[in-house]
Amino acid sequence: MAEAREKEAVIKLRGLVTGFGSKILHDHIDLDVYRGEVLGVVGGSGSGKSVLMRAIISLIQPKEGTIEVLGQAVSEAEAPRMRALEMRWGVLFQEGALFSSQTVAENIQVPLREYTGMSQQLMDEIAAMKLTMVGLPPDTAEKYPSELSGGMKKRAGLARALALDPELLFLDEPTAGLDPISANQFDELIRRLQKALGLTVFLVTHDLDTLRAVTDRIAVLVNKKLVVGTIAELRKNPDPWIQDYFSGVRGRAALAGMETD
Amino acid sequence: MTSIEAAADGAEAWFTLDRDDGRLAVGGDWTIGESARLDRELNALELKGQGPVTIDASKLSRLDSAGAWLLLRTRRALEAAGNTVSGPEVPERYQPLLENLDQEQPENRKSGPRIPKGFRGRLYRIGRTTVQNLKQAVSILGYLGRVTVETGEAIVKPRHNLRVTAIVHQVEETGINALPIVGLLAFLIGVVLAYQGADQLKRFGAEIFTINLLGVGLLREIGGLITAIIVAGRSGSAFTAQIGTMRVNEEIDAMQTMGLNTVDTLVLPRVIGLVIALPLLTFYAMVMGLIGGAMMCYFALDITIPIFLRQLNDAVSVNTMMVGLIKAPVFAFVIALVGCYEGFQVQRNAASVGQLTTRSVVESIFLVIVLDAAFSVMFSILDI
Repeated sequence: MAEAREKEAVIKLRGLVTGFGSKILHDHIDLDVYRGEVLGVVGGSGSGKSVLMRAIISLIQPKEGTIEVLGQAVSEAEAPRMRALEMRWGVLFQEGALFSSQTVAENIQVPLREYTGMSQQLMDEIAAMKLTMVGLPPDTAEKYPSELSGGMKKRAGLARALALDPELLFLDEPTAGLDPISANQFDELIRRLQKALGLTVFLVTHDLDTLRAVTDRIAVLVNKKLVVGTIAELRKNPDPWIQDYFSGVRGRAALAGMETD
Repeated sequence: MTSIEAAADGAEAWFTLDRDDGRLAVGGDWTIGESARLDRELNALELKGQGPVTIDASKLSRLDSAGAWLLLRTRRALEAAGNTVSGPEVPERYQPLLENLDQEQPENRKSGPRIPKGFRGRLYRIGRTTVQNLKQAVSILGYLGRVTVETGEAIVKPRHNLRVTAIVHQVEETGINALPIVGLLAFLIGVVLAYQGADQLKRFGAEIFTINLLGVGLLREIGGLITAIIVAGRSGSAFTAQIGTMRVNEEIDAMQTMGLNTVDTLVLPRVIGLVIALPLLTFYAMVMGLIGGAMMCYFALDITIPIFLRQLNDAVSVNTMMVGLIKAPVFAFVIALVGCYEGFQVQRNAASVGQLTTRSVVESIFLVIVLDAAFSVMFSILDI
């Protein structure tokens, strides 16, 4: 990872403390996410993976510490500059968070309509292009979110997250609730799009297969701290939770075949 | 407004078409912020009869998927206009992006019938709404039948499926909890009625008949009507929202798979609860209205309470009140029925709950007033 250190850090956390009331979830954590990498964030249920993501995209105010995204401080940034920043990242929420009263095409066009002066014709074309990009059939455009399956909702949500061609993509458990085949396809999709669009991806997940297939580095949340490394590095970490996670039954099954590497 | 153009800080996107050379050179930042302008300019380009064209994109400084789409679209447009096209040659780092997008693009088609414009469009809309409303009326009538039959069954042979706890709960929710608001509004209406009546009747020296106006007005009509309208807004909407939310959460589906009859478990307690609660509420509203009127008479007209009571006794009989009260169970039945029916119509999205709650309130108030008019006609024919 020596060459990664010289790269530009797109997300920079310093001494971050978050929590609710007196409960602390993250205790002075530091993290750098470099341009063009896929960082997976794992941790037990309730360890605050999603909270970390929400803090970075400024849905939650941290108690202490600084968050810098694309060279701009998130916590202190005033509204107009935040808006400019928000155009440069895309977020896929767990259930897709599509607007239920709009068709999929309209969902994708929401940011286009808000931030660009495109003609309706071009917006329709772009929406159709994004749908193809995430592997959805063209007739999905006219459908409402309630008519889509869970996997399709996530793909549609991804298409919306990619509408403004962001540099940075946040994914909150993209494969949760999908069958293994759909999950694999989604992993491939993320990897393919990440390469094609040169995205930096911040990926919160539970899924060991996704971790192995998609991520470059992994950040593990244990005891309110972050341990960062590649899978191979983490498997040598003595922490009992990390050992359990990567070398337990599921871990071994998912990572089988990596022994020989 | 913040726009993505303002956020971009790179080089401006440009393109030039050299017609003699057959060369379309593009450069700068072909990104989403520039795409609206590029789209307009590219559409204005005359492409016919150009012959062979090379798209030279080697001078691109940035390219994202919106820009790549425009490049590919331009190539397709050139080809469709009968030119042979080579390229676009893009810098190597953008090659994966272009390859990724350069798959078979689906035709951009819009499905579904388009509503014609002008007079025909208006006719079309009137027709569509009429058919929708008729369908709705038939459907609600069917529902009325089903609920009536099941209510009858539940009362004739009260098996375990008459949920007493649920009914009592509904009486509390729709009746007892509504006492403050219904009481206050009925009281105020009594005050207003007495004041306006006294003002007019004073001209004829007939202030004392204010009490007749109050008695007949409140007991026969206004007491029942105002209570029904408040309850429609308060409980009818709550029924729709509760059942609608259960539908959104798939709770209704879950109940059905467990073999629970949704009419038994959700509709009957609400219908029976409201049929019990509304007449009681109506009586309470009448009393509160008369108290408000009596107070106004005392202060504005110097009519003491004993005189008020004696005049009231002359003006109305128990029958007058019964005429008002007999309508209440019917109103209650309609309000609860519409509330529950619309709840079951909710689609599985968040907007639907709000829409149908509004519709439920409008429909039940409409029906209450229509029924009240029907009752008036009936009573006048029967000479009551």
